[in-house]
Amino acid sequence: MCFGIRTDSLRSPFLGTEVAEPALWLPGPSNSKRGCRGLGGGEEEEGEQQSSPSLRQYSGYSYKSGHSRSSRKHRDRRERHRSKSRDGSRGDKSVTIQAPGEPLLDNESTRGDDRDDNWGETTTVVTGTSEHSVSNEDLTRIAKDVEESTPPDCKRYLGPALSGALGLFAFLTPVAFLLLPQLLWRDSLDPCGTPCEGLYVSLAFKLLVLLIASWALFLRPPRSALPRVFVFRSLLMALVFLFVASYWLFYGVRVLEPRERDFRGIVEYAASLVDALLFIQYLAIVLLEIRQIQPAFSVKVVRSTDGASRFYNIGHLSIQRAAVWILQQYYSDFPVYNPALLNLPKSILSKKMSGFKVYSLGEENSTSNSTGQSRAMIAAAARRRDNSHNEYYYEEAEMDRRVRKRKARLVVAVEEAFTHIKRLQEEDQKNPREVMDPREAAQAIFASMARAMQKYLRTTRQQPYHSMEGILQHLQFCISHDMTPKAFLERYLTPGPTVQYHKDNTAGRQWTLVSEEPVTSALREGVVFALKRMDFSLVVTARRIPFLQVREEFVDPKSHKFVMRLQSETSV
Amino acid sequence: MAHIAGLPVTAVVQRIEIHKLRQGENLILGFSIGGGIDQDPGQNPYSEDKSDKGIYVTRVSEGGPAEVAGLHTGDKIMQVNGWDMTMVTHDQARKRLTKKNEDVVRLLVTRTNLETVVRQSMQ
Repeated sequence: MCFGIRTDSLRSPFLGTEVAEPALWLPGPSNSKRGCRGLGGGEEEEGEQQSSPSLRQYSGYSYKSGHSRSSRKHRDRRERHRSKSRDGSRGDKSVTIQAPGEPLLDNESTRGDDRDDNWGETTTVVTGTSEHSVSNEDLTRIAKDVEESTPPDCKRYLGPALSGALGLFAFLTPVAFLLLPQLLWRDSLDPCGTPCEGLYVSLAFKLLVLLIASWALFLRPPRSALPRVFVFRSLLMALVFLFVASYWLFYGVRVLEPRERDFRGIVEYAASLVDALLFIQYLAIVLLEIRQIQPAFSVKVVRSTDGASRFYNIGHLSIQRAAVWILQQYYSDFPVYNPALLNLPKSILSKKMSGFKVYSLGEENSTSNSTGQSRAMIAAAARRRDNSHNEYYYEEAEMDRRVRKRKARLVVAVEEAFTHIKRLQEEDQKNPREVMDPREAAQAIFASMARAMQKYLRTTRQQPYHSMEGILQHLQFCISHDMTPKAFLERYLTPGPTVQYHKDNTAGRQWTLVSEEPVTSALREGVVFALKRMDFSLVVTARRIPFLQVREEFVDPKSHKFVMRLQSETSV
Repeated sequence: MAHIAGLPVTAVVQRIEIHKLRQGENLILGFSIGGGIDQDPGQNPYSEDKSDKGIYVTRVSEGGPAEVAGLHTGDKIMQVNGWDMTMVTHDQARKRLTKKNEDVVRLLVTRTNLETVVRQSMQ
C-alpha cells in the first residue's frame, strides 16, 4: 500500500512536513504524536474523542436473527466496549448497544478490504523468512507512523518569521532615524518648526497605513508549505533588505558620523524611506495578490483512479502555487474518492483471463517463444467471442435497481421518522418530562430509520464514511435547524466533496508534487504535472486561454423588418 | 385581373401543349415557375395585380420543349391537364407539372396582351 511514498518525494522534497490525512475508514487513533503545531491550533483531532461522552444515552437497535450467527463473533469481540444499556422507551426496538466510535456496519465482508486491524488475520502472504525481513504489515505500520508522527513542525514557520522580522525592522527604521539624533545630540540640533510637524504627521499616518496593510495582507497563518522557495516573496524580502540597508548606510555616513544638525533634512530623509516602503508594499500586493487573479490558463484536473475531472481558470502562477490553488479547489469540488467503487466485479474480468493455456513442448529458446506465445494468445483471445460486456451491462442494471430500491426504503423510513417529532411551540402545555433536547430527539427517531440507512450505505459502499455517531450528530443538527427529511438525506444520497468528510481541519494534508519542470517556473501552455497522494493522484494539464477577438456590430432597432419568403423559382 | 373571392374567374386563355423531353432519367419541360398561395405575391414581376398568387412562368429555356410549344415568360398558368393552378401552393404546382407518368402536359395560359389581341381581332 504505502511503499512508494518516500521515493516519490525525492524529486521535490517538502520543506515542512505536514500530518497525513488519516485514512478515513480507520476509527483507530491516528493522532498519536503531534509536534509543534504553532498557529495551526493545538487541539487534538476531534474525530474520535468526542464520541466518548454520554455513553449512557444510546439506544441501539437489534440485529435481525438472520445476521446473528455471523455477527456473534463480532459482538463477542465488542464485549469490552459495551456500555450501560438503556430501555428503548422511545421505540419498540431495544437492546443491543454499539460502541459509539465504531462504524455502524460491521457484518459485511466488504469490511475486509478496508479495515486494517483485520489485515493480519485474513492475509495469507508470508513475506520474509529471515530475521532481517520486515513483513508487509510492519511496513504499513511504519509508513503510517512516519507520516503521522511529524517532527517538530517549526520549519514551516521559518520563512514567515524571517519576513516578519525584516518587516518589523524596516518599520522601525524611520522611527529610529528620527529618535537617534534627538537622543544623541539633542542640544546641537537646529530647531525645526511647522514644516517638521507637518512631516511628523504625514510620517505617522504613512506608518499607520503601512502597519495596517501589512497586518491585513501578510500576517496570515500560512495555508500551505511549498516544496521550493516562493520566488516573489524572497525577491521582495531581498528588495526590502537592500533598501533598508542602503538607507542605514547613508544615514550612518551622513548623519551619525558628522552629527548632522539639520533636523528637518533628517525628517525628510525618514519620510522618503517611508514612501519607498509604501511603494515596495504596493509592489508586493501586485506581485503576490493581484497578478494571479486575471485568468490566463485553463487547467484540467483529472483524478487518476476514477476519472473525475474538472476544468478551472487560473492566472499567472508558478507551478507550485498553482498546485496549491488547485488543491484548495479539489477539496470542495471533487466528489470524495471511494476506493470501493472502482473496479469491475472480479467475476466479469476474470473470465477473460482464463482462456487458452499454451504449453511449450520442450523448446529451449524461451525468449523467442514467449513473444510468439503471447501473440498467439492475444490473437486467440481476440477471436473468441467475448461476452463480458453483456455481464457488465446486466450487473450494472442490477446494481442500479438495488440501489434505487434501498434508496426508496430509506426515504420512506426517514420521512416517517420525521413525522414523529415536532418543535415545541411556546403556547403548548407540555409535561417537562416529555420535552426533549435535539440530541434526545435524534436518538428517539434514529432507531426507526437505522436499518434502512445501514442497508443503503452498505449498498452504495459509503459505510466507511458514516459512523453511527456521525449520523446521529447530523440528525441532531438537522432537527435543530428545522430541516426536512430531504435535507437530512442529501448528505447520504450524493457523495459530497472531500472536505465534507474531514472531521477536523487542523490536521495537514500531505501531497507530493511530481513535475518534469522546476516547480518554481511559471505555468505555460502544455505544462503537465501530477499531485500524488497515497492511493490516487491528480493529473493536471494547463492550456492557455485563447486570445479573444471581440468585434462590434451595431444593430439599429429599426432595422428589424420582416417579409414573406421570397418567391422561389422552380424549374420543371 | 383583380380577383374577387367567390366570383368565378374569367380570362382569355391560350392552349399550349408541351411534350416533355427526356434528359437522362428526368423528363423536363424547359421552363421555370414562380408563385403560389404560400409565396409573396408582391415580388412577382410579371403580374399586373400584386395580390395575385397564381403560378407564373418566370423563365423559358432556349430551345426547350416549352419554347417550342409557344410558352412565353410572364404567362400565368391557369390549368395543367385539367387541374387548377390558380389556388395551389408552389410545391403542388411543381408536382402537377412533373408527373413522371405523363409525357404531355396541356396548359391553359393567359397573358395580358391576349385580351387586347382578341378584342382587336373581334373588331
